[in-house]
Amino acid sequence: MELNFDDSGKHRSLEHYLSLEPANPNLIQAMYIWIDGSGEGLRCKTRTVDFIPKKPSDLPIWNFDGSSTGQATGKNSDVYIKPVALFRDPFRRGKNILVLCETYNFDNAIGKTNHRKSCLEVMEKAATTKPWFGIEQEYTMLDRDMQPFGWPKHGYPGPQGPYYCGVGANKVYGRPVIEAHYKACLYAGIKIAGTNAEVMPSQWEFQIGPCEGIEIGDHLWMARFLLHRVAEDFGIVITLDPKPIPGDWNGAGAHCNFSTLAMREEGGIKDIKEACKKLSARHILHIQAYDPHQGEDNKRRLTGAHETASIDRYSYDVADRGASVRIPRQVSADGCGYLEDRRPSANCDPYCVTERLVRTVILDE
Amino acid sequence: HPKLNYRMDLTMALAGSCKTTLNRYLALEQPEDVIQILYIWIDGTGEHVRAKSKTVYSEPKSHDDLEEWNFDGSSTGQATGSDSDVFIKPVALFRDPFRCGRNKIALCETLDKDGKPTGTNHRAACVEMMERVKEQRPWFGIEQEYTMLTDAGRPLGWPVNGYPAPQGPYYCGVGANRVFGRDVVEAHYRACIYAGVKISGTNAEVMPAQWEYQVGPCEGIQMGDHLWLSRYLLHRVAEEFGVRITLDPKPMPGDWNGAGAHCNYSTVDMRTGEKGMEAIVGAIERLKLKHKEHIQSYDPNNGEDNKRRLTGRHETSSINDFSWGVAHRGSSIRVPRQVDRDGYGYFEDRRPASNCDPYMVTYMMVKTTLTCDHSA
Repeated sequence: MELNFDDSGKHRSLEHYLSLEPANPNLIQAMYIWIDGSGEGLRCKTRTVDFIPKKPSDLPIWNFDGSSTGQATGKNSDVYIKPVALFRDPFRRGKNILVLCETYNFDNAIGKTNHRKSCLEVMEKAATTKPWFGIEQEYTMLDRDMQPFGWPKHGYPGPQGPYYCGVGANKVYGRPVIEAHYKACLYAGIKIAGTNAEVMPSQWEFQIGPCEGIEIGDHLWMARFLLHRVAEDFGIVITLDPKPIPGDWNGAGAHCNFSTLAMREEGGIKDIKEACKKLSARHILHIQAYDPHQGEDNKRRLTGAHETASIDRYSYDVADRGASVRIPRQVSADGCGYLEDRRPSANCDPYCVTERLVRTVILDE
Repeated sequence: HPKLNYRMDLTMALAGSCKTTLNRYLALEQPEDVIQILYIWIDGTGEHVRAKSKTVYSEPKSHDDLEEWNFDGSSTGQATGSDSDVFIKPVALFRDPFRCGRNKIALCETLDKDGKPTGTNHRAACVEMMERVKEQRPWFGIEQEYTMLTDAGRPLGWPVNGYPAPQGPYYCGVGANRVFGRDVVEAHYRACIYAGVKISGTNAEVMPAQWEYQVGPCEGIQMGDHLWLSRYLLHRVAEEFGVRITLDPKPMPGDWNGAGAHCNYSTVDMRTGEKGMEAIVGAIERLKLKHKEHIQSYDPNNGEDNKRRLTGRHETSSINDFSWGVAHRGSSIRVPRQVDRDGYGYFEDRRPASNCDPYMVTYMMVKTTLTCDHSA
């Protein structure tokens, strides 16, 4: 029999400890966070630091046991983590921080799931075009038995229709998690632009952006960490699987909105249309970059149904949610703005996605 | 539509632990010159800590300001009933994160009626040894691993009548299906910082419901003092959450990691530029010759506990063989990659069990590497 803990007693207990002042007022807790060997999972560990860092390079490069995360063998297990971005810690608060890191192997080779380094190089090359990104991160909430949270056991909810942006105890499940996550992101300094309930019940979306260059990858990965961590406090599991429930249920994507300075200026629609054409010549390369398994995950999602384009065909059009790339109706009316690439999977690596977009559209690579 | 429950396999302690009621009393004003001192000591098992409290009438500035006290050793495996008084002598003072204010925790050594250290008081010998080698300024950092259990003795968060998915996703993990009991870890970290314990970090470990925290770098006797205090705080914090902590080195047999207390160690020579690596290798060669003696000192049962953990699998070395390597987590001693690069630093002895006595471990470490003393 599972015994439930008395919520009020537990939270009061933890609160007591979190409000204790350190004996040494200079001490802060720095939680180092990195992407593991799967290219999808996040790991974290904490160290006590005796000063307030102003920039990531103020903090030491650390290391961890890569043989426990699919990033090294036991015989040669040390993997380095190098701080690249700092955020306020919404769990420990005060002056405590979250530190996003890149991974490096013992011989200083880039870790195999460290896609940030090459993304940064590409973003620096393209810096004069001021590439902006906004990613719509979709995800599904699961109960601890790994079934969608709120769905009836051994059954299904009513068909999709009433859930998207819904309100009501029979329309949305798990709203406290998303409310808590939104606030946690704002506190941490993440550029969270909005949230909404999605088409499948227990599916939600938040958007990060507009971010220029490398910032989108950093902010999205940190937002993902906060999501898993906030949900932990509610006993909810988050999955970024792009097709968690087979059948007549929507999948989850990470649509990437993208623009350059030229696209945003008057008459930019011609640059947008040119970009759409360039993308058509590199469809396969993009699909390979748009999930951590070279397109295998997306095969289950991009079927041509449920507001997706088929994985085999590239298409673009105004306001078409069945196309690979959608030009928003407003953009078409204004004659300038941005485009929405609807192909990336919910579990994509934003560093890979944004690097690929810049290479195709700006660098012609 | 199920309410959002905080679902964990935690049991609420008896009705008397309702937190609002307790807080009402803890919030009562305490006169400036009335202080609660919690005396804590290691009992006859060499693994567990006991505690009792005393009111004093002025705030102690150091452990020297406190009087020696005594307790019933026949109730802790430290004396017979007919001659039961055992003495507790304060040796270190910390702030009390449970009672707060000016209240304190005093770590104590246990002494018999002749003032001699009792059987499980290994601190006395450690203090003497550290005094002998103090020119070399030995530094230590211990990685304390441990497992959280429910009231029923099952690892926290594990399904009843079953097992979680195999190890892989739990180490340093995040998510309700990856880590169990984070609140206890967070509370403990803050309690240690408040108390003045030199806690340097934490992480989730390879087996689900297993965690680790590190204490250090500490010089000399400070390592044992801070680690024992941190263990008391861990059991005490977990008590408030209805969670049991075990320091058993192999709580779950089978394909599940054990728990260790890897001891990181360096001396002035090892930390110095040119001579560093030479001093490190020299120390390791000395340790090689005393493998058996160290194994006997690395858990409270002469190596018997570690037999279940040091199998050569699950990132351990075999208990019978001594080995070392750079970045090698399957050897007895690991020299970190960074140290190998820099040419100086420290090394990690991965042999001590999670329930070891840090006074014994650090005593043996300096005795073997810094003295020519070959007595037992």
